[in-house]
Amino acid sequence: MSSALKAHDVDPQTDPALADPVIEVENLDFYYGEAQALFDLSMLFPRRQVTALIGPSGCGKSTFLRCLTRMNDMVDISRMEGSIRLDGTEVNSGELDVIELRRKVGMVFQKSNPFPKSIYENVVYGLRIAGINDKDVLDETVESSLKGAALWDEVKDRLHESALGMSGGQMQRLCIARAIAVNPEVILMDEPCSALDPKSTARVEEMIKDLREKYTIIIVTHNMQQAARVSDYTAFLYEGVLVEFGKTSKLFVKPQNQQTEDYITGRFG
Amino acid sequence: MKQFYYRGEPQVWLTAAALAFTLLMALTLILVVMFNGLGAFWPKRLATLELNNGQAIMGQVLKEEPRPYDDGTRMQLKVGNRDLYGLDFRWVDEDKVERLYYQEDAVTVERETYGDFYGFLSAVVLPDETRNSGDLWQILQQERDAALKIKDKVEKIGEKISKLNYAMEDVRNTVLELDYKGVPADAQPRKELAHKSEALEEQFQALVKKQRAHEADMALYVAEFEDVNGRGVEVPLAEIVRTYKPNQMNTLERAGVYASKLLELFYADPRESNTEGGLFPAIFGTVLLIFVMSLFSFPLGVVAAIYLSEYAGDGPMVRMVRIAVNNLAGIPSIVYGIFGLGFFIYGLGGTIDQLFFPERLPTPTFGTGGLLWASLTLALLTVPVVIVTTEEALSAIPGGVREGSLALGSTRFQTLVRILIPMASPGIMTGLILSMARAAGEVAPLMITGVVKLAPALPLDGQFPFLHLDRKFMHLGFHIYDMGFQSPNVEAARPMVFVTTLLLVLIVLVMSAVAIRLRNKMKKKYTFGTF
Repeated sequence: MSSALKAHDVDPQTDPALADPVIEVENLDFYYGEAQALFDLSMLFPRRQVTALIGPSGCGKSTFLRCLTRMNDMVDISRMEGSIRLDGTEVNSGELDVIELRRKVGMVFQKSNPFPKSIYENVVYGLRIAGINDKDVLDETVESSLKGAALWDEVKDRLHESALGMSGGQMQRLCIARAIAVNPEVILMDEPCSALDPKSTARVEEMIKDLREKYTIIIVTHNMQQAARVSDYTAFLYEGVLVEFGKTSKLFVKPQNQQTEDYITGRFG
Repeated sequence: MKQFYYRGEPQVWLTAAALAFTLLMALTLILVVMFNGLGAFWPKRLATLELNNGQAIMGQVLKEEPRPYDDGTRMQLKVGNRDLYGLDFRWVDEDKVERLYYQEDAVTVERETYGDFYGFLSAVVLPDETRNSGDLWQILQQERDAALKIKDKVEKIGEKISKLNYAMEDVRNTVLELDYKGVPADAQPRKELAHKSEALEEQFQALVKKQRAHEADMALYVAEFEDVNGRGVEVPLAEIVRTYKPNQMNTLERAGVYASKLLELFYADPRESNTEGGLFPAIFGTVLLIFVMSLFSFPLGVVAAIYLSEYAGDGPMVRMVRIAVNNLAGIPSIVYGIFGLGFFIYGLGGTIDQLFFPERLPTPTFGTGGLLWASLTLALLTVPVVIVTTEEALSAIPGGVREGSLALGSTRFQTLVRILIPMASPGIMTGLILSMARAAGEVAPLMITGVVKLAPALPLDGQFPFLHLDRKFMHLGFHIYDMGFQSPNVEAARPMVFVTTLLLVLIVLVMSAVAIRLRNKMKKKYTFGTF
């Protein structure tokens, strides 16, 4: 574990948040067919903190995120080597129950993808497929999840209308509510605000700050300011390699690596 | 000029013209069919023609046209009275006509046999006496009602007789089964069956006797008619379908007759080797065939498409299969028919007969054409259409929705059932519509898998098990072919050919409309907003 961090300016001895990480990644390599997308990636994600993944397009941020919940399984030609441990359980293993993993690690996508069902049914989808149909439980979950996603006040009167009639920002928050409805450990967000206007973005960011109290959040973003605003830790990836990982407050103020500095100051990327 | 070309006007015109041309062709087809089909049912006036040879002719003037062999014109008349003249259509050279006029008293009688009669009412004969006094026309109407009441009774007894027949057939089959099993001749079940058979036979004879008596009663009500030259014809009142005086009727009354004739198409059985009467058995057969066909092809096609699209991956083998499925839709339908005959009827049907009905052999039960085999053959024919459209609908679903569902911890099957199939349902419905339309229009494969010119019974009736998939059936498409090209009386069949065509188009349209409505509902429910 210490090997995962030795290259970076973080130290579990002095930083208690890192002592009990929720996900540990060690020597992760990832291939699409012959092309390698991630190179020997090692890092960890502190519990109940927001970690931002930044880097230029095509650097492997999304691929990395998808590895964490095995979403790349559906790509036939993909191959993953190395170790990802969620609370000590190996994720990269044939024996792992992927369904169970995905209940623990929720994901919110760049493009909002509500199901063609009512708002209510969208939120309880994860519960229903898990076989939970008790109306009281569902009602309660809908309220708490929508409140968690700061959407309750806007939609409480039209829970049974189609989710497809909502605005883009509302849809994205609905997708977040849907993810937290199953009460996961970790929520992965893949550029959740890239298609939203500034006002909706602000609301989502606000929400992420609130969600941090209960969930570990890993967010991929192109927006430096956003990373700086919402995250506690930041990891900079470049061409499939983890260049720098550290506390956001430090990384943005005093980056250790020249590439990181060039990127966050806008000199490339 | 160049600028004009680059602005794209000619291209717009060209595309618009192509569309307009296609629409025009379709519209012309429909209009021709409608004009020829629906026009023939209008109760035309009866013209009396006095010829220069002293003869008189009465009939409906259908058309006038130049003679092909010289400069004169000729007219075509429907003269009816097939029992008197043999032919009910006649060409008359116009220059031979001395006088053409309309007689007020001319009567059109639509009969159950020999087609229309055109002439005059001369007497109504009743069971007690000949009553020629008073208003004959009114007496005719009244007494016809009386005759029809008796006819009702005859028909009700007929129904009972057919039920008895059914029971007797059952007994016969059971006896055959006992024979086949080698049960000795003095066994108890045989005695019981013989007993039952006797009882049934007795009932049968009693009913037949009763029916004959009623029929004799009914035959006592007769109307006497004379044609324009004074030749008499007797028509039992119960055999008159409809009678009216076309030369006295106003437009509204004509419209009434016209409407009742059109309605008759939908509920009545055919008469006179299908050239008259209704189309009900054929309509019923067509709809039931399409329905049963959908029951087979729809689930099979959708499930196969789901495998192809969701689970099969994308190897060279899968691509081959996909190409094969696409090409399957292009195989001539007669080939499917022959396959149906060889595989379903002789293969499957023959095996079923040997396994389950060996005692009835060599009389086939399932080993002969029937609704089931025709439906299966058509299902085979339309399944590629369902597969292709379903697969397209599934692949058109944005990947994000799929991932969203999987990321929430659902299995691929749950995603399929809860998300993908509902979202693909409008597309799947399109496949169903296309396959139904294709199936409704097929005739060739049906001709060798179970369609008949005249089916003795509907495939659906009150006898257990109600739906008789082994029965032969009638079909509008075959009806068109049969009447148009196999009928001995082409002129008489012509309007029915057109009107049958119209009905077939109408049925396809109605079924498609229902399916399209359903599809639009689904579309509204599952796809709008930003995806």
